[in-house]
Amino acid sequence: MQTLGRLKESPSQTAGPYVHIGCVPNFSGIPGVYPEDLGTSLCTKDAKGTHITVKGTVYDGTGTALKDALIEVWQADANGIYSAGDPRGPADPNFTGWGRSPGDYDTGEWVFDTVKPGRVPMHDGRLMAPHISLWVVARGINLGLQTRMYFPDEEAANAEDPILARIEHKNRVPTLIAKAEGDGIYRFDIRLQGDDETIFFDV
Amino acid sequence: MNSPMAHNRPPEGGSLFPRDREWHPPAYFEQYKTSIARSPKRAPISFPSTLSEETGPVFTTDILGPLDNDLILNFGEPGEMAIGQRIIVHGRVLDQDGRGQPGLLVEFWQANAGGRYRHKKEGYMAPLDPNFGGCGRTITDSDGRYVFRTVKPGPYPWPNRVNDWRPAHIHFSVFGRAWGQRLITQMYFEGDPLIWTCPIVDTIPDRAAIEQLIAPLDLDATIPMDSRAYKFDIVIRGRRGTWFENRKEGV
Ligand SMILES: [Fe+3]
Repeated sequence: MQTLGRLKESPSQTAGPYVHIGCVPNFSGIPGVYPEDLGTSLCTKDAKGTHITVKGTVYDGTGTALKDALIEVWQADANGIYSAGDPRGPADPNFTGWGRSPGDYDTGEWVFDTVKPGRVPMHDGRLMAPHISLWVVARGINLGLQTRMYFPDEEAANAEDPILARIEHKNRVPTLIAKAEGDGIYRFDIRLQGDDETIFFDV
Repeated sequence: MNSPMAHNRPPEGGSLFPRDREWHPPAYFEQYKTSIARSPKRAPISFPSTLSEETGPVFTTDILGPLDNDLILNFGEPGEMAIGQRIIVHGRVLDQDGRGQPGLLVEFWQANAGGRYRHKKEGYMAPLDPNFGGCGRTITDSDGRYVFRTVKPGPYPWPNRVNDWRPAHIHFSVFGRAWGQRLITQMYFEGDPLIWTCPIVDTIPDRAAIEQLIAPLDLDATIPMDSRAYKFDIVIRGRRGTWFENRKEGV
């Protein structure tokens, strides 16, 4: 019999304690190699849509804030179009939708200024609720963690979101919903362990 | 915006192959103590990839400076070079069907030749090299190839068990075209005995998977009287063809 001959994906290894050297060297105290760190903004002020701020902290199983994590986000523009690879494009030219943050050096809190994403369809046409995809790496995390942030003021859309609908333990769904703090600020804390462990996705 | 992106790229393909989580390290690994409090305990929720996972940021070569892939020179004072064994690291980024993946951002970081990182939280007594920063990046060419020049990093001790040493290694961050292909891993060097004593390496369950991260010495790519070379291919998740995928657009 022939073999499929497919390669195995390279196995993941932890990003380690010094991921900031590689991914945000200016932040980590290595200036001058690159003019600026990548991913410090997702859009310009001219981007269409509702401008919002998303912030959060990653906590370990003891409730301690991670100060050595790297957070990346990826989201659609206000019309629900991704800035690259989207067959329905083009997206808003003032919007990339990709951000990267090491968090605050002292508190670990990360902040992204962006616009509220529009709804994106599944391949079968059903609409997902507005969401931001997040990827978390750090020392002690052996494979980058994928999750999504949904919006608390999108109850109707959330109720028909096909991904949220897959979650059997409905009492865990709130771990994916940000908290509104007013003035367009949303808080999305991520808990790696514990009773309110954030839902992570295998996608 | 500081990450120029192409806005009109055609989609690269269909749904992502499911990730073989048996091939990757588990979240919890007792001998790697930091993982104990940082490992989710509940099963991740699986679903077939959507546009949110099948799209991803694209980086173009105009973000690159001429020394971005030369760690011997990119932090050095003019006329100075980093100290250490000069090496070239090269390889390809492939998908699981073995196709070279063009136009992908690859970032790398490492300790200096003495095993010391340039970082505030680094406590190892080995000296900093004033001409070595430890970071670099490049974008794969039309065949998925990448190359950079550096000094071979030293092994270093780290606080875990009483006497744990990391084998010499270089950290890699790779973007695919799809958010679901995002990967961070590490490259090890052929013949390093510390590979087989390291609890971080040991988080990977399968020896064949560990071997996938060990770069062989590549004498043919060596520059005589200048630099040795190591070859390191990276495989990112594959995608199904779109031939029979009926994509409705919108509702
Ligand atoms: Fe390291």
